[in-house]
Amino acid sequence: MAGPAPSVPPAVARPRVGVVKFASCDGCQLTLLDLEDELLEIAARFDIVEFPEASSSRSEGPYDVLLVEGSISTPEQAEQIIELRRQAKLLVTIGACATAGGIQALRNWADHDAFRAAVYPRPEYVASLDRATPVADHVPVDAALRGCPIGIGQLRELLTSLILGRRPEIRDEAVCAECKRRGAVCVLVATGTPCLGPVTQGGCGALCPRWGRGCYGCFGPREGANVASLTGTFLAGGRERPDVGRLFAGFTAWAEPFRTVVGELGGVAGASNAGGGGGADAGRTAGAGAATGGGAGDPGNPGAGRTAGAASDPVAGGHDGQA
Amino acid sequence: MDRPDAPPPGAGMPGPDRGPEPAAGERRFTVSYLTRVEGEGSLHLRVRDGTVLEAKLGIFEAPRYFERLVVGRTPDEVIDIVARICGICPVAYQMSAVHAFEDAFGVAIDPSVRALRRLLYCGEWIQSHALHVYLLHAPDFLGYPSAIAMAADHRAVVERGLALKKVGNRIISVLGARSIHPVSVRVGGFSHVPRRDELERLRPALDEAIELARETVAMVAGFRAPDFSRQPRLVSLRHETEYPFNEGRIVSSDGLDLAPGRWDDAFEEEQVEYSNALQARTKEGQVYLLGPAARVTLAGDRLHPLAAEALERTGLREAIRTNIYWSIAARAVELLHAVAEAREIIDAYRPPAAPAVPWSPRPGRAAWATEAPRGLLFHHYQVDERGLVAAARIVPPTSQNQAAIEQDLALFAPRVLDLPQAEATLRLEQLIRSYDPCISCATHFLDLTIEES
Repeated sequence: MAGPAPSVPPAVARPRVGVVKFASCDGCQLTLLDLEDELLEIAARFDIVEFPEASSSRSEGPYDVLLVEGSISTPEQAEQIIELRRQAKLLVTIGACATAGGIQALRNWADHDAFRAAVYPRPEYVASLDRATPVADHVPVDAALRGCPIGIGQLRELLTSLILGRRPEIRDEAVCAECKRRGAVCVLVATGTPCLGPVTQGGCGALCPRWGRGCYGCFGPREGANVASLTGTFLAGGRERPDVGRLFAGFTAWAEPFRTVVGELGGVAGASNAGGGGGADAGRTAGAGAATGGGAGDPGNPGAGRTAGAASDPVAGGHDGQA
Repeated sequence: MDRPDAPPPGAGMPGPDRGPEPAAGERRFTVSYLTRVEGEGSLHLRVRDGTVLEAKLGIFEAPRYFERLVVGRTPDEVIDIVARICGICPVAYQMSAVHAFEDAFGVAIDPSVRALRRLLYCGEWIQSHALHVYLLHAPDFLGYPSAIAMAADHRAVVERGLALKKVGNRIISVLGARSIHPVSVRVGGFSHVPRRDELERLRPALDEAIELARETVAMVAGFRAPDFSRQPRLVSLRHETEYPFNEGRIVSSDGLDLAPGRWDDAFEEEQVEYSNALQARTKEGQVYLLGPAARVTLAGDRLHPLAAEALERTGLREAIRTNIYWSIAARAVELLHAVAEAREIIDAYRPPAAPAVPWSPRPGRAAWATEAPRGLLFHHYQVDERGLVAAARIVPPTSQNQAAIEQDLALFAPRVLDLPQAEATLRLEQLIRSYDPCISCATHFLDLTIEES
């Protein structure tokens, strides 16, 4: 894992566990409930004191282990995570949102006010931070499970290691290694399908290539991944820069070095597009702007029917993503 | 519906502050963080002299701006992105999106692919309904704070729920590689389709699941629910021959009949100050209800014979229509339907000639509605000349049900005002759980406060 190495957890007979969420889809905590064969055994071995999605019994802590889903996206969340960290002996981020920022971090390249205005007619009612950021940007994190969603096998391994008081065995290898081990056909070589497998942390079991498509990087970049080589390959194949940038602009786009690739090649509204492809991006900007501002007057516009909000240009004032 | 312990105040994940102290003579009921629902919401009720002044379902789930995130992306990227709106019902998001694009681009999918799409939806309904019936909702009826606590006294019940949930997840995983955010749905079909024997391996588990689902219907029919009857306006898809998943026309209990891409001809959304979700109403400002109760009422004649028979045996058809607490029976009947239909699809399966048919994008409107486990899910995209999404609008079921939930809270609250505060608050929270709200979905969306003047 690119994140901090998992530390050896405290030896506690029946650890007090909390499961909490910030900005996210609930899918990673649902993975815990998806351990159908083990769930009742897990509940016997762990004292799950806080898990509001599954239980009305609540606890403010302290927790021996706190599993945190979601990225920090509102002022309240930025305060809550600090208090939760104080209550947690071991804090483990679960999934791409908590570990890398998640899909909502795509807004980090754009002008936040315009984003808000595009979705909400009265953006002033909605409190959110300019950026959606991983938990580790706010508090120290002891271990991180990656993936969108996390791999159920890795969660099982984490829980097992906590009971046994050992380090979780989570392999540090690329998706490519999992593909080879399972004898899957390389989609990049065989069909020319763009695949982020070479630069993406394994852990999923090479699901996408095995299901006939390229990896989209949901477990995030491997440490030291040679993204320049891979983007070079994609560009040499005749793809436009924003089209290559978009490949990296997914569920872990805010994690380096994917973040730099997106910033350099574009592909996300608001990301710079240095060295070419600007025309295409400009066209997209105009389209997006028109769509955002259109509102009630245009029956073909999905935004029609919502009271029109502030019609500011959603892209022109964007961050460059590098700050 | 007794449950011993209400959530303690100020627990680990609080909601935002719910405003000023109540005025003299006012009583306020608050649940600052609704539990056993997907996502983060609150309830706030203000009462004076036994009259409900205000009922608000607040949604403080952080906004994630999906309708902007999909701008500038290709249709296939959109299918991957919108799945992340909800970890409980990602297939629903993928289905509304893929159908919208295929309809707009004039793509005719292979009949076997069509059947696999229905099978994928069956898998999602099974896991989502089993999750809600057993892990989130049954504890309210049996008097426990969670399914895990319930398992101490009712282990076989919880194990049955988990076994059903697992079958749903297995179906999704066979088709889409994993049960949460499956990867195979593409415009034109799938990136990969299973061999016949891969599906046949699910058969024994589905045979067992038929029995488990029948037992589920019988179990919930034996629950005791409050007598809370009203006449809601119901909306769902209705198909000529099938129980509605992917296709059908938008119909209502008061005669609406629309093509699945024309939701916005009859409905609109508005934003309210206390919520990160947009609320939907009819263009005449009327409140309506989506989901299992609506579907069983409006399309019950399309249920699989096994599910129809089980529904009749409960004698709850009318109660499902008029009493939201009985939505659990509708969900159980639909669970049986989805298991039975999944088994038939598997038995009839012949792999398609190719996993996907070729397609090319066309600029213009791409819009469709499918039936998510919680109700009708409408997507509308504007596609530009380059085949990229220029604008998007996504209307999840929970934001459409939000106004109906508030209306029911105001209607129901006077019955519980004589109870002690914690007990009254608990009853109101249980009412909300009957809707199976999915707050993650609606945020662009829940915290319970009751205030008495």
